[in-house]
Amino acid sequence: MRRVIVSLIAVLFGIIAGAILMAVTGNSPIEGFSYLFQGGLKTIDRIGNTLATATPLIFTGLSVAFAFRTGMFNIGTPGQMLIGGLFATAIGLTVDIAKPLLLLLMIVAGFVGGALWAFIPGLLKAKFNVHEVVSTIMMNWVAYWTVYYVVPGYFKGEYLETESKKLPADSTLRSEFLSDLFNGSYINNGFILAIITTIIIAFIINKTTLGYQLKAVGFNKHAAEYAGMKVNRNIILSLLIAGGLSGLAGVAQYAGNADVMQIGIMPSQGFDGIAVALLGANAPFGVFFAAIFFGMLYAGTGFMSAMTDIPPEIANTIIAIIIYFAATSILIERMINWFIRGKKRKKEKLAGSKEGEQ
Amino acid sequence: MEYVVEMRNIRKEFPGVVANDNISLTLKKGEIHALLGENGAGKSTLMSILFGMYQPDSGSIYVRGKEVKISNPNVANELGIGMVHQHFKLVENFTVTQNIILGLEPKKGLHIDIESAAKRIEDLSKKYGLNVDPYAKIENISVGMQQRVEIIKTLYRNADILIFDEPTAVLTPMEIEELMEIMRNLVKEGKSIILITHKLKEIKAVADRCTVIRRGKTIGTVNVDEVSEEKLAEMMVGRHVSFKVEKEESKPGKTILKMENVSVRNKKKVLGLKNFDLEIRGGEIVGIAGVDGNGQTEIVEAITGLTKVEEGHIYLNDEDITHIPISERIKKGVAHIPEDRQKRGLVLDYTIGENMVLETYYKEPFSKRGLLNKKAILEYAEKIIENFDVRSGEGAHSKARGLSGGNQQKAIIGREIELNPDLLIAVQPTRGLDVGSIEYIHKRLVEHRDKGKAVLLISLELDEVLQLSDRIVVVNNGERVGELIAAETNENEVGLMMAGIGKEEKA
Repeated sequence: MRRVIVSLIAVLFGIIAGAILMAVTGNSPIEGFSYLFQGGLKTIDRIGNTLATATPLIFTGLSVAFAFRTGMFNIGTPGQMLIGGLFATAIGLTVDIAKPLLLLLMIVAGFVGGALWAFIPGLLKAKFNVHEVVSTIMMNWVAYWTVYYVVPGYFKGEYLETESKKLPADSTLRSEFLSDLFNGSYINNGFILAIITTIIIAFIINKTTLGYQLKAVGFNKHAAEYAGMKVNRNIILSLLIAGGLSGLAGVAQYAGNADVMQIGIMPSQGFDGIAVALLGANAPFGVFFAAIFFGMLYAGTGFMSAMTDIPPEIANTIIAIIIYFAATSILIERMINWFIRGKKRKKEKLAGSKEGEQ
Repeated sequence: MEYVVEMRNIRKEFPGVVANDNISLTLKKGEIHALLGENGAGKSTLMSILFGMYQPDSGSIYVRGKEVKISNPNVANELGIGMVHQHFKLVENFTVTQNIILGLEPKKGLHIDIESAAKRIEDLSKKYGLNVDPYAKIENISVGMQQRVEIIKTLYRNADILIFDEPTAVLTPMEIEELMEIMRNLVKEGKSIILITHKLKEIKAVADRCTVIRRGKTIGTVNVDEVSEEKLAEMMVGRHVSFKVEKEESKPGKTILKMENVSVRNKKKVLGLKNFDLEIRGGEIVGIAGVDGNGQTEIVEAITGLTKVEEGHIYLNDEDITHIPISERIKKGVAHIPEDRQKRGLVLDYTIGENMVLETYYKEPFSKRGLLNKKAILEYAEKIIENFDVRSGEGAHSKARGLSGGNQQKAIIGREIELNPDLLIAVQPTRGLDVGSIEYIHKRLVEHRDKGKAVLLISLELDEVLQLSDRIVVVNNGERVGELIAAETNENEVGLMMAGIGKEEKA
């Protein structure tokens, strides 16, 4: 409960800071924000686009949060996302089976790809105590160049050298039903997958022995070892799952929101996952809503900059400020405590003076 | 009579507990005033209030006759109050001087004037007989020496009211003697000392007056000369306490643990345990006596599987367990009350409930097909909490971090005994605990023995080893020096063997 309040206050601060920036650049904050929110929420198709934008963020957010619960910092989300997307694209372009089966295969392949990319840092950490921050970042670049090599080499697009071949409509997460429901938005089955995944991850963390073990290792690996848990195996397992989640982000992005992979781009959704996890307090449902909020900001920016003179970078600035406050949540918590104490004191004073009157 | 410190009717509540319930305490100039209470009685809270780390909900504090509001430790420092914390706050790879001046570095132009600071530290060290080398690095000096650095730190900041928070918990008997001498020197020079402790012997040795608190309430303040240890214990616990461990003669059964020729490397990669033999039978408590760091840790880690055995074999119930994983050993009946309860024994961010199933969470009824059964876990935890008198604000829902050290320890001991292991390894099971808890834990260990199980006791408190054990194995420098029957020996004999003397005669 308290964490929710802290996150909301962080958001509020971010918005206030954004308003100040808008005012300083000579624009009306009220107008700016109204267009920003309208851009993300005004019509049913805009809401759909917000959710679609949020979808990969939900996965990368869950990925970072899950690793974090086990005491690890997964900064390899962009790379895992790329490889997940690459695996899914490869299957989508080469395998020819019925649609539901194909999609399932692509999802599994995406998960496996991301997991594979996180397995190497996991192994390095378990065997040689290599810090995962270093190794996951390096794996990002390995993924980047792998895509750079594989896409033009094997899945070259028809027109552009820098793009993969388009996935046929049957090999993507596109859903006519959802698009129709949201008035032609590009929202797709990736969002449904994200909801299901959030529930599964919440379940694993809170209700299972696996979650219990992973958290114990994350909180105190000496105690976990003492209790007979296999610390190294848990470290690898946690990174595998985290990587797999980022892999799913790749599936949602490259075979859902888009239908091609471009080379030479490190997906921004990867690192944004860190921010999402932070704002969501590393809790699966917190991550879910934080991702949707960020999705709304991103989706609304275009509309805001089209309708006003406010530079689109403002949205990124707001996000950055929110991250800052979410990361320094201890300050906010102190503020809340101070506020509560102040109120209590006031009450006591009031009670005291009343007693005095009698 | 004017008091240096006077705390009047201090009250402090935490969620679910009243830590201090109108406690009053007075400190005279030049006295050593002991603050005695069980674990979790509220001693540390009271002192944290005096040192400005907590704010009291009500009550007032007077320093040298003036009412003061101590809103943070800096204010306390300015008032001349210094605290020697139980867990030192030192930078390991800094020198003594660097640590002491941290935060108020004397400057000469742009650079720090280390020399003059070191000079002052040396003077202080001489004046109070502390014998500290200002240029030694913290990581290279003993724990006792580190504590003196903490003392100098307060003196350097001109403190004349010193709070010692359980200062002897981390010291060897020799170092304790020296610390008491230091404290006497300090008061001789006009300092006043508050000594937080639950060790009655120490109070009798150095303190002038003693304030006893129990469950957050003041029980009374007494002149130490006029009361006996038994009386103090009774005031603290609220009932009569026996210092003697009551136990029948042991009836050893079949062999439970057998170590044969075991060698283990320690953290520095040299042999910390050399060709060690040990046999424990059901129905007996075997104590290991030795100066800290002479192979005790290696013995424990070899049996529990936390470290690799280089050579030799370990058998549990005639089964070779030398190289099986930790979880298998737990399953086969090895339980372990670890030396470092916060590092090994508990996941501090888990609740007490979750901690109570740390080794058994995967078993029914605590989980079924990989799903946790929170209700069963809670019920089990509540049972342990009740049986072992673990006091916490919200029962099984309290975070382990929020419990006092003694209650954390009782929770661990409860968890391990509840496993009903064939072999219970108790490492320093009563360290930092008050007499009431010690008595209780000793009783439980003897009970466990009487069920026909084996208990391996490792303790640095010679008294404890002598009283509780049936047999005593003495170690020195990683080797077995000899074995004694507890009932037929005394402190002197064991002490000599601990120093490595008597090896030839006994071998």
